[in-house]
Amino acid sequence: MSEQATAAVTKKPIRVGLFATCLVDLMRPRIGFATAKLLEDAGCVVEVPAQTCCGQPAFNSGDRETARDLAAQAIEAFASYDYVVLPSGSCAGQVIVHYPELFAGNAVWEPRAKALAAKTFELTAFLSDVLKAMPAARFEGSVTYHDSCSGLRELGIKAQPRKLLAKVEGLTLVEMKDPDVCCGFGGTFCVKYADVSNKIVEKKTASIAASGAGTLLAGDLGCLMNMAGKLFREGKPVRVRHIAEVLAGMSDEPAIGEPER
Amino acid sequence: MTQAVNSPQFNQNARKALDDSYLQKALARSEKGFIERRKAAVEKLPEYDALRDSARDLKDHILAHLDLYLEAYEKNVIASGGHVHWAANAEEANEIILNICQRLNAKSVAKGKSMISEETGLNTYLEARGIKPIETDLGEYIIQLRGETPSHLIAPALHVTKEQIEADFRRAHTDLPPERNLDEPTSLLAEARAMLRDKFLSAEVGITGANFLIAETGSSVIVTNEGNGDLTQTLAKAHIVISSIEKVVPTREDAATFLRLLARTASGTDLSVYTTFSTGARREGDPDGPLEYHVVLLDNGRSNMLGGKFQEMLRCIRCGACMNHCPVFHAVGGHAYGWVYPGPMGAVLTPSLVGVEKGGQLPNASTFCGRCEEVCPVRIPLPKLMRNWREREFERHLQPASVRYGLGIWAMFAKRPVLYRRATALAMKLLRLLGGKGRLRSLPLASGWTRHRDFPAPQGETFQTLWKKRDASR
Amino acid sequence: MKSREAIFANIRKSLRVSNDDRLRHETVAARIEQHPRNLIPARGQKPDRERLELFLEMVESAKASIVLLETKDDIPAEVAAYLRSKNLPQSIRHGDDERLSLIPWAKERTLEVTKGASDGAQLASVSYSFGAVAESGTLVMVSGADNPTTLNFLPDHHLVVVDERDIAGDYESVWDRIRVSFGANKMPRAVNWITGPSRSGDIEQTHLLGAHGPRSLHVLVVRNS
Repeated sequence: MSEQATAAVTKKPIRVGLFATCLVDLMRPRIGFATAKLLEDAGCVVEVPAQTCCGQPAFNSGDRETARDLAAQAIEAFASYDYVVLPSGSCAGQVIVHYPELFAGNAVWEPRAKALAAKTFELTAFLSDVLKAMPAARFEGSVTYHDSCSGLRELGIKAQPRKLLAKVEGLTLVEMKDPDVCCGFGGTFCVKYADVSNKIVEKKTASIAASGAGTLLAGDLGCLMNMAGKLFREGKPVRVRHIAEVLAGMSDEPAIGEPER
Repeated sequence: MTQAVNSPQFNQNARKALDDSYLQKALARSEKGFIERRKAAVEKLPEYDALRDSARDLKDHILAHLDLYLEAYEKNVIASGGHVHWAANAEEANEIILNICQRLNAKSVAKGKSMISEETGLNTYLEARGIKPIETDLGEYIIQLRGETPSHLIAPALHVTKEQIEADFRRAHTDLPPERNLDEPTSLLAEARAMLRDKFLSAEVGITGANFLIAETGSSVIVTNEGNGDLTQTLAKAHIVISSIEKVVPTREDAATFLRLLARTASGTDLSVYTTFSTGARREGDPDGPLEYHVVLLDNGRSNMLGGKFQEMLRCIRCGACMNHCPVFHAVGGHAYGWVYPGPMGAVLTPSLVGVEKGGQLPNASTFCGRCEEVCPVRIPLPKLMRNWREREFERHLQPASVRYGLGIWAMFAKRPVLYRRATALAMKLLRLLGGKGRLRSLPLASGWTRHRDFPAPQGETFQTLWKKRDASR
Repeated sequence: MKSREAIFANIRKSLRVSNDDRLRHETVAARIEQHPRNLIPARGQKPDRERLELFLEMVESAKASIVLLETKDDIPAEVAAYLRSKNLPQSIRHGDDERLSLIPWAKERTLEVTKGASDGAQLASVSYSFGAVAESGTLVMVSGADNPTTLNFLPDHHLVVVDERDIAGDYESVWDRIRVSFGANKMPRAVNWITGPSRSGDIEQTHLLGAHGPRSLHVLVVRNS
């Protein structure tokens, strides 16, 4: 390849397939837009192919066949992008860790699953590790960050969100006690074992409140809805947002559970 | 299976546990200590993670050659003057032990801590036949007085407070003067020590479990901090070891590797106070030690686990770290799991040993947070194994119809993106109307959620709809 | 016997192996015969002087006490002083170990020395340890008439003499010495690794010393033996 050709290739913008995840798609689109903004600001071209769910609920309920069907659907939908980015550690974990596992030994699909896994990233990991982007945002106040389990333990995401938050002007990060302990969401667990889940989230909201932070952030909407729902029920005045909203400078919009204006 | 299984009632058990203020107090106290002590011990040993890898590989090697290591072990027990008994199930194990006790005219047996004897329900069995088992581990002794089962692998009385222990001692130790002060743990310990000393000295038979069995020498290994298991086996006429078959390790070097991991992970110490290697009975010239040495090797379903989806569970060395780090265990304690083994290891092992029909609730009662796998000293992928059970349940249609039905409908839409987009766009609009204040306080199909928390309402239109609009406006 | 055969048959069936597989037999026999060492932490792998220092540190961190003595002749005075400091009668019991019998106990006129196993009536015992491990501050006791096992567990106070040259860095080195003393795949009836005094955490996870075994453990390291 000639020098010009190399330059031309490197100049070609990165095409990112945004896998919004079903929760963001249905419940809180602004996380999807925040994600898109962060990627576009960093020079990526963002596309949103037709999509449903990564299949994790089926996978964790023991329905491997449905999980495989949905995985295949996602592999097809996202095959053509340079990268695939998800604003969720747990759905990214499903694609990166479990898709290859679901097709282990399948001559056609295992390589395709691995190829997708190799170019798939959770949002903060992608911004921090791949793009080395430092979003320029402002946020007045203190936040505390909850490490969602799958992102933390399947993908090792711990430093990246903190690194990004450190660059947000006006923001102070105060760590809660045991930020890496489960919030009790666990997908269908929180409905099937409602009382146990409640006990776990009670401990979490106590730690959140004790941190004194005005805002709770995390990278997974499921956990955020669980913690926000509990904070509201307990009357604890902590606002709850996805980290992408803060990084994208969208903190003036309603927080999770607040009425739309 | 002698020990009754109460696992299908997990949710009811959990509710009871959540309402038990004594238990909640005990759980809150224990949670921090275990986690912090393990962390400190592990940080002091730079090779800890490399040791875990080597222990995992070693266990895999052992399990792949289990028949041959067991044969070598048996040969060496016999060569050193001991006896080996094979028990396919709990009943056989109990019967073998009863026969030895009856032959020796035993009235009482002293017991070191053994989860396998919990699995076989040995105490109840012996008691029903006129032989008094006396638990000598302080925690086990406490729960024996209370008529309970252990709620934790290494801290069987984790769920009991010191006030409850005082009341139990006053009830059971009838010659205890009422004015004796038992307010402090130290005075409770002194009382137990004095009570149990006589029992050690008078028991005809001593029964212990085994943390490891060494094929090379035919030795059994126990670890204790109290010295109770060691006294149990030294003072009695006969020492009976009850162990499951997967505890065998090839050599003394291999035992050392596991011992370097066990106490650090379990209680945060480099080693337990006492690690005792027993090989055969009293020898010529020995002034003490048991006159007979027996090993009862229990299968009870383990050989079925080999070569299959749950073989990795047989790597477990019973340290308790998985439960010490489990948010579900912290919430409900060990008894809610309804059988012998609690926490994540119990959630995988119980269905393996009692069947998924009875044990199937347990692998479902997990958030899959993965902290158990993160701390497991032999790197058992506990969430993956729990998921394997859920798959087994799904294949066999064992889940509740509502769960299956709900999942089926959702899958039907999720597999059809166009239909999904239309249906969800409509549903979210409806839900948004209901939750105009930003959140819902009750939702008919998700009462499990709204019983305890508000449900944040959806924004309104879906991301995919809005994104299309954005694209169109550009 | 029926269950034995059934268990073995089921293990082989589950593993999908046959008992005639020579390679499997050879692999197992070789591992047992060669007893290869696995990963050994660097902590205990130190030259003599530092290994002794590590041992002192680890014994103390296990809540035992420890003293260094120049020769065996210093033992009686140390034992007597220990008993006095604990307000105990001047009386000890030890086994037939010649190394203990040769100690000039008579130098302490009031010290009563009896020999034999313990029946639970003794308050203090003295044992000679086979070896020790610096890595974790562990004493390695072997059973027999020389050092009866009951002396390790029944008395309230256990005093253990260890020769400095017997303090190894790791457990594996002590296993090798046991092989030399007792035979290739042989063990004494009991080998007791002791790391600190007896304790229990079973009452509200509070760590208390003196559960069923000795309430205190005192280690006497003899430098020139």
